[in-house]
Amino acid sequence: MTQLALVIDLNVCVGCHACVTNCKEWNTSGIAGPLVDMNPYGADPTGTFFNRVQTYEAGEFPKTETLHFPKSCLHCEEPPCVPVCPTGASFKRAEDGIVLVDYDKCIGCKYCSWACPYGVREFDEQQKVMKKCTLCVDRIYDASLPEKERKPACVLACPTSARLFGDVHDPESEVSVAIRERGGYQLMPEWGSKPSNHYLPRRKTNIRIHEDELVRADNPLVKEGHLPKPALDEPSFDDVMF
Amino acid sequence: MEYKALQDPSDRIEVKNTTCYMCACRCGIRVTLKNGEVRYIQGNPDHPLNQGVICAKGSSGIMKQYSPARLTKPLLRKQGTERGDAQFEAISWDQAFGIMEERLGRIRAEDPKKFALFTGRDQMQALTGLFARQFGTPNYAAHGGFCSVNMAAGMVYTIGGSFWEFGGPDLDRAKLFVMIGTAEDHHSNPLKIALSKFKRNGGRFISVNPVRTGYSAIADEWVPIKPGTDGALLLAIIHELIAMGLYDREFLVNYTNAAELVNMDDASSEYGMFVRFEVPPEEGCFDAQNKLWWDRELDHPISTHTPGADPYLLGDFKLSDGTPVKPSFQLLKERVEEYTPEWAERITGIPAETIRRLAHEMGVTARDQKIELPIAWTDVWDNEHKTVTGNPVAFHAMRGLAAHSNGFHTIRALSILMSILGTIDRPGGFRHKAPFPRPIPPCAKTPKGPEGVQPNTVLGGMPLGWPADPDDLFVDEAGEPVRIDKAFSWEYPLSVHGLMHNVITNAWRGDPYPIDTLLIFMANMAWNSSMHTDDVRRMLNDKNENGDYKIPFIIVADAFQSEMTAFADLVLPDTTYLERYDVMSILDRPISEFDGPVDSVRIPVVPPLGECKPFQEVLIEMGSRLKLPAFVDKDGKRKYRDYPDFIVNYETEPGSGIGFLSGWRGTAGEKFMRGEPNPRQWEMYAKNDCVYHHELPKSYQYMRNWNQGYLEWARNVRLTRYAEPINIHIYSEVLQKFRLAAQGKSIGKQPPARLKKRIEKFCDPLPFYYEPLEAQLSDLQKYPLNAVTQRPMAMYHSWDSQNAWLRQIHAHNYLMVNPVVGKANGFEDGDWVWVESQWGKVRCMARFTEAVEPGTVWTWNAIGKASGAWGLTPDANESKKGFLLNHVISEELPPHADGEHISNSDPLTGQAAWYDVRVKVYKAADDEPQETSPQYKPMPKFPGMGVAKTIQAFFAGKGEWK
Repeated sequence: MTQLALVIDLNVCVGCHACVTNCKEWNTSGIAGPLVDMNPYGADPTGTFFNRVQTYEAGEFPKTETLHFPKSCLHCEEPPCVPVCPTGASFKRAEDGIVLVDYDKCIGCKYCSWACPYGVREFDEQQKVMKKCTLCVDRIYDASLPEKERKPACVLACPTSARLFGDVHDPESEVSVAIRERGGYQLMPEWGSKPSNHYLPRRKTNIRIHEDELVRADNPLVKEGHLPKPALDEPSFDDVMF
Repeated sequence: MEYKALQDPSDRIEVKNTTCYMCACRCGIRVTLKNGEVRYIQGNPDHPLNQGVICAKGSSGIMKQYSPARLTKPLLRKQGTERGDAQFEAISWDQAFGIMEERLGRIRAEDPKKFALFTGRDQMQALTGLFARQFGTPNYAAHGGFCSVNMAAGMVYTIGGSFWEFGGPDLDRAKLFVMIGTAEDHHSNPLKIALSKFKRNGGRFISVNPVRTGYSAIADEWVPIKPGTDGALLLAIIHELIAMGLYDREFLVNYTNAAELVNMDDASSEYGMFVRFEVPPEEGCFDAQNKLWWDRELDHPISTHTPGADPYLLGDFKLSDGTPVKPSFQLLKERVEEYTPEWAERITGIPAETIRRLAHEMGVTARDQKIELPIAWTDVWDNEHKTVTGNPVAFHAMRGLAAHSNGFHTIRALSILMSILGTIDRPGGFRHKAPFPRPIPPCAKTPKGPEGVQPNTVLGGMPLGWPADPDDLFVDEAGEPVRIDKAFSWEYPLSVHGLMHNVITNAWRGDPYPIDTLLIFMANMAWNSSMHTDDVRRMLNDKNENGDYKIPFIIVADAFQSEMTAFADLVLPDTTYLERYDVMSILDRPISEFDGPVDSVRIPVVPPLGECKPFQEVLIEMGSRLKLPAFVDKDGKRKYRDYPDFIVNYETEPGSGIGFLSGWRGTAGEKFMRGEPNPRQWEMYAKNDCVYHHELPKSYQYMRNWNQGYLEWARNVRLTRYAEPINIHIYSEVLQKFRLAAQGKSIGKQPPARLKKRIEKFCDPLPFYYEPLEAQLSDLQKYPLNAVTQRPMAMYHSWDSQNAWLRQIHAHNYLMVNPVVGKANGFEDGDWVWVESQWGKVRCMARFTEAVEPGTVWTWNAIGKASGAWGLTPDANESKKGFLLNHVISEELPPHADGEHISNSDPLTGQAAWYDVRVKVYKAADDEPQETSPQYKPMPKFPGMGVAKTIQAFFAGKGEWK
C-alpha cells in the first residue's frame, strides 16, 4: 500500500523559507485555498501556512549548533487527528496515505489540532475550518503538468533540494533509500502515531592531517635556499698556501 | 469536496517566462496567470541560474504585485507642506515630465554637475549611467559604495575578478569550502544549490563569521571571529602557509607577480616599483611583459617567462648597476613575518591552534587533492598544457569583510591567500564569470578633472572608472574632488562605485558644492540606506536662512510608499518587475556562469497598475526631451520609440555592434556578443526562457587570465581591448604609485598636504592589518561591543515589508546578544534595552543567543520601518517593535588628523564602514514605553494607494486582484 511522504534533509536545509511561501502561493489558489492572512498589513500579522520553518540553537558558545527545522503535516500512518474528529472531516486516504480534511464536513471544533502531537494543523480564522498540508494533492496527480513537476510545491521550490517526496512503503523509492542509508528518523515515535515524513540528520565532514603530510620532501621552500657564498675577491687559504 | 486540481474550462490560463527581481539574484521564473491574475510563480527549470528552484522571496512575488503600498500616480508635494510630511497631490505624467524637463534642461545648460542621480540595487546601471553621462553630470553612482565595493575593488585590483556577479567558488569540484563574512543574500539560490551539492558530495564546509545563522548553520565547523578582524586571520594564515611551504610555487611563479623583482633602492623615484628592462612597445591598460625574474640556474636577472627559466621567489639580489632588488614574494614574506597565529589570536579571538589547523587544511587539501581535467589549453606564452589543474579549496566572502574601513586590505589578503593556494580560475577553486577577468585595473576611466564637466555636453569620461595611477583621479588643480560624493579624490582614490552614503550630507553642507536636483531611484535614503538616518532625514528637510531647501529639489522614483518617497518633491511611480521590460546587460552586471557569458531579460507578464511607468521609460523620455545625444538623431529628433526599441537599436557607437544584449544580434539573430541590431531580438529572448547563454569551449573555461584562446576570443568579441595576460597582483604597483605621489617622489598629481600621510599609509602595495578607523576613534571602554547586521534569506533589505507573506516571517527584529552580555549588563532575554554608540541610541528588544561571539551584538537589517511606511498601519510591528541599527552608525568619522568630514569608509575605496560601529547595551527603565525608539510621526497614505485589508484571503483568478 502506498504511503506518500516527505523526507527532509537537515544536513542541507539552510532555513531559507522557500518551502514556506511557495507552499502558500500554490495552495492559496488551489483546492485547499484560500489560505487567509489576518491583519496582513497591521500589528501581529498571522496567517494560515501549511508549512513552517523553525530555527533552534543547541549547545553553548562556541560549541553552538543552529538547526533549521521545516515542519508540516507528517501524514502519520496512525494519525491521532483522525479518530477524534466527530464528523469524519479528518481522514486518511487509503490509496496513498495522505491525511486530508474535508472542509464541507469540518465544524471547526479543533479536536484534531489538540490531538496532533506535532502542532501542524492550521485553523482558518475566516472560514472557521481546519486546514493542513495536502502534499499538494492537486499537483501530484495533475496529468496536465509535466511529470517531473507532479510534486508538492515545496519540493520543487527548495533551493537545496532538501525535500524528497515519494512512497515510503516502496523499498526502492528515493525516499526509502534515503531513510535507510542516511539514518532517516521519525519525530516522537513514542507517540505511536508512526509519522510518514522522516528527517535526515546532520553529518559532519572533517579532515585529518598527518604530521608527514605537512613536512614533505617536495616542500617548495627547498628551492628558495641560498647557501652562503663568499665573494670572489675574499681572501682564501688557496691564495696563501704553497 | 473534490481533491483534484481546480479546472474550469472557462478559465484563461497563461504561462509566461520572465526574470525575478525579489532580490538581486535574477533567477528565471515561470509565471502562471489565471484570468489575468498571478496564480503561481515558480522557478524556471530551464534557466541556467536557478535550475527550477526559487526562494521564499521569489515565491512571494504575488504579494508584492498586489500590495496596497503600490504607488500608482505621479505625485507632487503640496504647496506649503514640509518634506517628510508626505502631503502629495496626484499630477499627470505630462506635468511631471514638464517639471523635470524645465528644471534639468536649465541645469544642463548652466552647470550639469548640479544634477545628481543616485540609484539603489537597480540592475540597470548601464542605462542610468548612460543617462548621467549623456546629461554631463559626474554625480552618478549606484549603491555599490555602501554595499560591497571593497569586495569588488580589493579583488579586481588583485586577481582581475571578484565574487558574485563577477565570479565565485566552484563548489562542484571543491573539497574544502571556506565562507567568510557572508550574509545570506549574496549569493542566493545559486549558492544554496551549490552548497547542498557540495555537502552531499562530502565536501568540508567551514564558516568564519561572528554569527551562526543561515548558511553557517550547516557548516561542518563554525569559527566565530570578532568583526573587522578578518584581515588579521587571513594574514596569519598566509604567514603559516609560507612558513610551512604550503603554497603553490608553480602557480605563483607563472601566473602572478610574486617572482617579479621590485626596486628596493629607497633613494630612487622607482622605489617599490617593478624593475623594467625596456619601455613597453605599446601603452595600454594592461601589464606590459617587461619585468624581471632572478633565475636560479643562471643566478642573474632574466626576462619573466623566458622559456626554461626558474626564478627565485625569495631572497634579495643586486642588479649589475648596484640596484638592490627583491622578488615581491619576499616582500610578502617579510610583511607577514609579524602576523603569527598567536598575534592573530589576540585580535580575532580565534585560538592560534585553530588558525594553524585552518592553514594546514587549506594548504594540504590544495596540494594533495589536485584535480587534473583532461582539457588541453595554451597559455599566452605559447606553452601547451595537456590538462587543467585544480587545487580544490574554494572561498566565498562578502559584506562581512567588505563593510569595514580596513576591508580593502582584508580582501586583498583574501585574494592573495586564494592565489598562493593556486586556486584562481581553476576547477575546485575560484572561477571567473564573463566579462571577467578584466585587466588590473580595467580600462574604464572617469574624466581627470573639472574640464570634463561642461554645460550642454556629454561627460568627458565614464561616470565611474578604475584609476590605475594618481593621474586618473577626478580632482581639480588643488587636488580637491569634482564629484559631490568626493569619489576618485585623494580622500578615497579607488572609490570605483562612488560613495552614495555621503551624497545627502555633502549636498546639504554644500561641500564640495551645493547641488540643485537630486534624483533617487529605488534607494531608501531616508531610512535603511543611510547611516545616521535621523540626521539625514533632518538634512533632507533643512532650509537656508532665506527659507529655501538646502537641497532644492528631490525626485524619487519608486514602486512603493517608502520612507524616502515621503521626502520627495516629485514622486515617480515605478512598475513592479512583473510589469516591465528589463535587461540584465553584459554592459552592467550580467548573470554569467563559469562556463561563459549569460544575459537575460524581463518581459511583462501583466500590464502596469494605474499610471505606473517603468523608470527605464522615464529615462528614455527624459533623454529625448533633453536632446541628450544618445537619445536623439542629428536633427534632435527622438530616436527610440520606447525602452524595448532602445534596447534593440542602441549601439555604444554607430556601427559598433555592441549593445545592451549580447544574444541573437545580427539582422537575423545569427550573431552573439557583437552584431547589427536585430529587430526580433526580444522575440528570440522570449522564445528562449528570457536568457541567452553562450557556453565557451572547455579549453576556454579555465585559467582565463592567461589562456591564449580565451583572451583572443574575448578580444575578438570585444569583451576586452587587449589579449594580454592578466597576472595576479600579489604586490600592487598601482598602490605603490599613489604612495610615491604622497611621498613627493613622482611627477604628476600630488595629494593635498592634509592627506599625504593618509595616502602614504593606506596605499600600501601589500596588505596590512589595522584596527577599523572608527574603533581607533572610539572610547572602547565605554562602547566595548561590535554591532553588525545580517541579511535574512526571506527579506531583501527593505524591499518587502509591504509583502503580506514575507512580513509574517520577519515582522520585527531583535537585538541578538550572547547571554553573557545580558548578565554583565543586567538584562534578560526579551527585555527592552538601549543600544547606544557615540552617535546615538536606539531602544529595542533583546534576545539571547549562543550563536554569536560575546563581543558582538547583531540584528536583521532593514526589518524595522518608520510608522505608516510601506502601506502598513501605524501600529505595525515593523515600527513599534522593529528597529533600525542605522541610527547609531555615522556616515562620517569624528574630526581627526585626516579632516573634519572624512567619510566613515574605507580610506581607499570609500566603502561604507557599516560594521565598524561600537556600542554599549543596557536595560531600558521600567517606566519607559515598550516600543522602539526613535518613533516618527506616522506617514499618511498617498493618493492612489490601495486598500490595506484586515482580512485577506488571496485566491487568483476571480477578478478581485487586478
